[in-house]
Amino acid sequence: MDLIVGALLFIFASAVDVLPIAIFLFAFQRLVIGKPLPNGRQIVVGFVFVVIGLGLFLDGLEETLFPLGKLMAQQLTDPAFLHEAAGKVTADLVWQDYYWVYLFALAIGFSTTLAEPALIAVSMKANAVSGGAIGVWGLRVAVAIGVGVGVSLGCYRIITGLPLHYFVAAGYFVVILQTIVAPKLIIPLAYDSGGVTTSTVTVPLVTALGLGLSEAVPGRSALLDGFGLVAFASLFPIISVLAYGQLAVLRKRVSDFESDTNNPEKEE
Amino acid sequence: MKDSLIALARDALGSLRDLLPIVLVISVFQLFVFRDSAAALLDMAGGALLIVAGLTFFIFGLRLALFPIGEGLAYSLAKKGSVFWLVVFAFVLGFGTTIAEPALIAIAAEAAEVAAGADAILPSDEAKEGYALGLRLTVALAVGVALVIGVVRILVNWSLPVMIIAGYCLVVLMTTIAPPEIVGVAYDSGGVTTSTVTVPLVTALGVGLASSLRGRNPLTDGFGLIAFASLTPILFVLTYGTVQQWI
Repeated sequence: MDLIVGALLFIFASAVDVLPIAIFLFAFQRLVIGKPLPNGRQIVVGFVFVVIGLGLFLDGLEETLFPLGKLMAQQLTDPAFLHEAAGKVTADLVWQDYYWVYLFALAIGFSTTLAEPALIAVSMKANAVSGGAIGVWGLRVAVAIGVGVGVSLGCYRIITGLPLHYFVAAGYFVVILQTIVAPKLIIPLAYDSGGVTTSTVTVPLVTALGLGLSEAVPGRSALLDGFGLVAFASLFPIISVLAYGQLAVLRKRVSDFESDTNNPEKEE
Repeated sequence: MKDSLIALARDALGSLRDLLPIVLVISVFQLFVFRDSAAALLDMAGGALLIVAGLTFFIFGLRLALFPIGEGLAYSLAKKGSVFWLVVFAFVLGFGTTIAEPALIAIAAEAAEVAAGADAILPSDEAKEGYALGLRLTVALAVGVALVIGVVRILVNWSLPVMIIAGYCLVVLMTTIAPPEIVGVAYDSGGVTTSTVTVPLVTALGVGLASSLRGRNPLTDGFGLIAFASLTPILFVLTYGTVQQWI
């Protein structure tokens, strides 16, 4: 019974979020375009599915994933756990002693990104528009690797206390270099994927990890150092998606080279 | 009806596969790192079922509503040939969806605490609320402007990499003069603006616009709107923090 009431509350909340957007879209269609929507009924049904889906999704996240993820982030960053894992009782921890944190950051960043609905939407669109050249799954795995590595590196930054903008500036420098050499087709998609990754599922868990970590590490302040993990999670997917595009070109070149060497007559 | 049910079932299978990695990660950590009992994991089952159902419905609705309406409006506006209405549409979509974004409301409130703690503003509730509202308006304005720039870019065919890289160079420059307590918040605000409902709409808008204009490639010209929407909030919030410091 509680479950149903909870779900209804979440569906109501998501209706409140989505309704203004829907009203704006319908009003714009009516008043500016001046024609009713083609297949308007299908779109209304679709909006109902979006509202119910989003509500259930958020309800499920709040019921299980978020509390569990946040609890795990706390447990992992608990000094008692860290000392035990490092086999040290009193000595100061160095950054290598936090290996469980890095591993958890990598795994949770990767896996939550794969479930991110906005990323699924963009991959579907990219796949359709590219005529299948960009795989739905390939793009999502590329983005997920980027988020995993980014969050992990962000944890390293919090632990060592290095300034955020060093990493961000260095990251953008890599992005610039890759932009020069990467295939043109992948560039806009790569830039987009930075913003897409960080929405419903990833942000709350990553923020919890950042806040837990900055409270646990001596000398860090949650207010100053707790922020910034999301920035890592949106920078590194750009690099990994550009790399995905470069890899595709490289693979094609290798296979062209192989087919050339196998049939030397074809050259003439 | 039968076709829809088959599509729904296929989406459900897709959602199951999408959530499998999370379940694996959490189970492995719970069982092997924290050595919890397997029974604790079973408590997750109900919530996991909700997540799978929710994701399935959302993806299904996405194909029925969000993609067609975004693209349909982009086509109609391009056919109408009115740049004015296109710009108005882009701005309102960006501003309107961002100002009510729950993640942004949360981060703005936290940022006000940080600012009060750093003596940038008075520690009264009134000053904090004013600061948080100012921050939300700044970010919403930034997203509205971002979509306008992005739409104009598709129309005029400016180079996306040049614009984005110039933008990020500006971000790095602004970081050196902005007060340190705003930097983390600014960088994070770029990520929180793009919500689950906005992203498909904005993507469909860009792709629809690029495919209805002659000489544009939907893949190279249609994407890039989200990139602007995650860049300008950083820039605007850094500016907001810098200006607040002077007042």
